Amino acid sequence: MKSKDKIFMTMSLPIIIIFFCFHTIPLFCGFFYSLTNSKGFGTYDFIGFKNYLKLFQNAQVMNAYMFTFKFAVITTLLVNVISIILALGLNSKIHFKGALRGLYFVPNILGGLIVGYIFNFLFTFVIPAVGNGLGWDSLSTSLLGKPETAWIGIVVCVAWQSIAFNTIIYISGLQTIPEDVYEASAIDGASGWNNFWKITFPLIAPFFTINMVLCMRNFLMVFDQIMSLTSGGPAESTTSISMLIYKNGLTGNQFGLQSANSVIYFILIVAISAFQLKVLNKREVQL
Amino acid sequence: MKKDIQIKELENKKWPMTILLLILGIAILIPLYMAFVIAIKQPSEMTNDIAGALALPKHWSLSNFTEAIRVTDFWHTAGNSLFITVCSVVACVLVSSLISYAIARNMQHKKIYKFFYYYLVSAMFVPFSMLMLPLVKQMAFFHLDNKIGVIFLYIVFNMAMNTLLYVGYLKNIPVSLEESAYIDGATTWSVFWRIIFPLLKPMHATVAVLTALAAWNDVLLPLVMLSGGDGKDTTLPLAQMMFQSQFGTNYNLAFASYILALLPILIFYLIAQKQIINGVTNGAVKG
Repeated sequence: MKSKDKIFMTMSLPIIIIFFCFHTIPLFCGFFYSLTNSKGFGTYDFIGFKNYLKLFQNAQVMNAYMFTFKFAVITTLLVNVISIILALGLNSKIHFKGALRGLYFVPNILGGLIVGYIFNFLFTFVIPAVGNGLGWDSLSTSLLGKPETAWIGIVVCVAWQSIAFNTIIYISGLQTIPEDVYEASAIDGASGWNNFWKITFPLIAPFFTINMVLCMRNFLMVFDQIMSLTSGGPAESTTSISMLIYKNGLTGNQFGLQSANSVIYFILIVAISAFQLKVLNKREVQL
Repeated sequence: MKKDIQIKELENKKWPMTILLLILGIAILIPLYMAFVIAIKQPSEMTNDIAGALALPKHWSLSNFTEAIRVTDFWHTAGNSLFITVCSVVACVLVSSLISYAIARNMQHKKIYKFFYYYLVSAMFVPFSMLMLPLVKQMAFFHLDNKIGVIFLYIVFNMAMNTLLYVGYLKNIPVSLEESAYIDGATTWSVFWRIIFPLLKPMHATVAVLTALAAWNDVLLPLVMLSGGDGKDTTLPLAQMMFQSQFGTNYNLAFASYILALLPILIFYLIAQKQIINGVTNGAVKG
C-alpha cells in the first residue's frame, strides 16, 4: 500500500513543481515588478504602490479600460442574442441539419489573426464600394479609419467568429429539453413567444451562464483580431488592455507600470467572472 | 384524425426556416469566398468596385500560391506550427491524464491532492497577459525562448482546463475495475497505462481538439516568446504578421498566403468535424 502512495506522488509532484515554476513564480514576479519602476532591463528601484496610483492618472490606460469594457459588454450581448436565435433555428425541424450546423461552426476553428486580415480588407475596400454603389455616405469610407467607428469593425469581426461557438453550445442546451414539455404547453395553449420565455429560456439558463461568462472573459482578453484589424489605432481608440500590456510593457519601457496594470486586470477578470456566475446561477431552474 | 395531422406536421421538415438559415449562412461564406477569389486573381484584375473583390477571375491562376509559399517560407513555418501543435497535444494528453488520475483517486481522503486540484484549476482565471511580462524574462533566462519552450508553456497553460475535464471524467469510472487488477498484483503504473488510459479515450479526444485549436491559432504566446530569436522557429500566424508589410498593396499575394494558412485547419475540420464539435462542446459544458 505504501508503494502505491509513493507512485501517486511521483506521478503528480514533478508536474506540480513545473507548474509552480512556470505559472506561480511568474505570477508572483508580476506582483513584485508592479511595485518597482523597472523598464524591463537594467536596474530598478522599489517604489511601493506608486504604479497603481499612476495607472489611474494615465489617460492611455484609462482609454484602454474604457474601450475593452465597452467592446466586451456590447459584443457579449450581441453574440448571445444572435446565437440563441440561430440555435433555435438550427435545432428546429429543417433540411440539411448536419451540413448547416457544420457550416455555422466554421468561423470558430479559424485563427483570429487571419480572419482579422480578411475583415480588414472587407471593411477597407468592399464595404465602402458597396456604400458608394448605394449612395450611402456613412458607408462610403472605411469604418476602421475613424476613431469613432473603428470599434464597430472589431465587434463585427469578433462576433462573426464567436457566434459559431456560442450557437453550438446553445444547440446542445436545447437538445437537453425533452419534447413532452412542449407537448404539455401546447395543450395549455401556450404560444411560441410564451414557450420561449417560460420554458425554453429557463431550461437553457445553465448554458446561458456558461456562454456569458466565457464570452465576457474571452472578449476582455481580446488581442488577435485587433492586431490585424487596427493594431490598436486609429489614435489608440481600439487599444485593448492585453494590447497595451504587450506594447508598452515589452517595448515601451513601462515594465513596472504595465505589471501593475496586469495585476488590476487579473483582479477585474476574476471579480467579473465570479459576479456573473453568482447572479446568473440564481436564475437557473431545474426540470 | 386530427392527431394524425398533428403528428404529420411535427414530422414535416420546414423549408422556410431551412432557406432562411441558408441565406444567413452566406454571411459566413462571403469573407471566405472573397479571400479565395482574391487569392486566385492577378493584381490587374482588382478594380475599385464590388466586382473587383467578389467576381470570379477570367483566368484561374495558382501563381499567387506558389509565390506566397516562397515569400512566407510556408513549408518551414507550417512545419513549425505542426510540430508545436502535435507535441503540445501529445504532451498535454499524457501529462494531464497522469496527474488527473493521481488527483481523482486520492482527493477524497487526502488533503494534499485536494489542494493540488484546486491549485491547478484556479489557474483558469489567470489571463496570459498577466504572466506574459515576467515569463518572457524567465524563459529567456533558461534559454527556452524557442519551440520547445512554447510547447512547455502550452502544457502549463492548458493544465487547468485539462485537469478539470479529466478529473470530472475519472470520478465516473468505478474503482472496482482497478481493484481487481491490484489484487492480481499489478502496479499503479500498469493499472494506469493498461486500464485507465484506454478508458479515458473520449476525454483524450476532447483535450486533443481543444489543445490543437488553441496551439495552432495562438498568436500572443509565440509572439512574445519567439520574436527575440532568429526567426527560425516562427509559427504560421506569426509569419503572416511579419510578412504583412512585405505584401504591401499586393493583396492577391497576401490573400493567397491567408488561404494557405487557413487551409490545414479547414482540411482537419472536414475530416474530423464530429470530433471537433463534440470536443469543443464538451470542453465548455463540462468545464
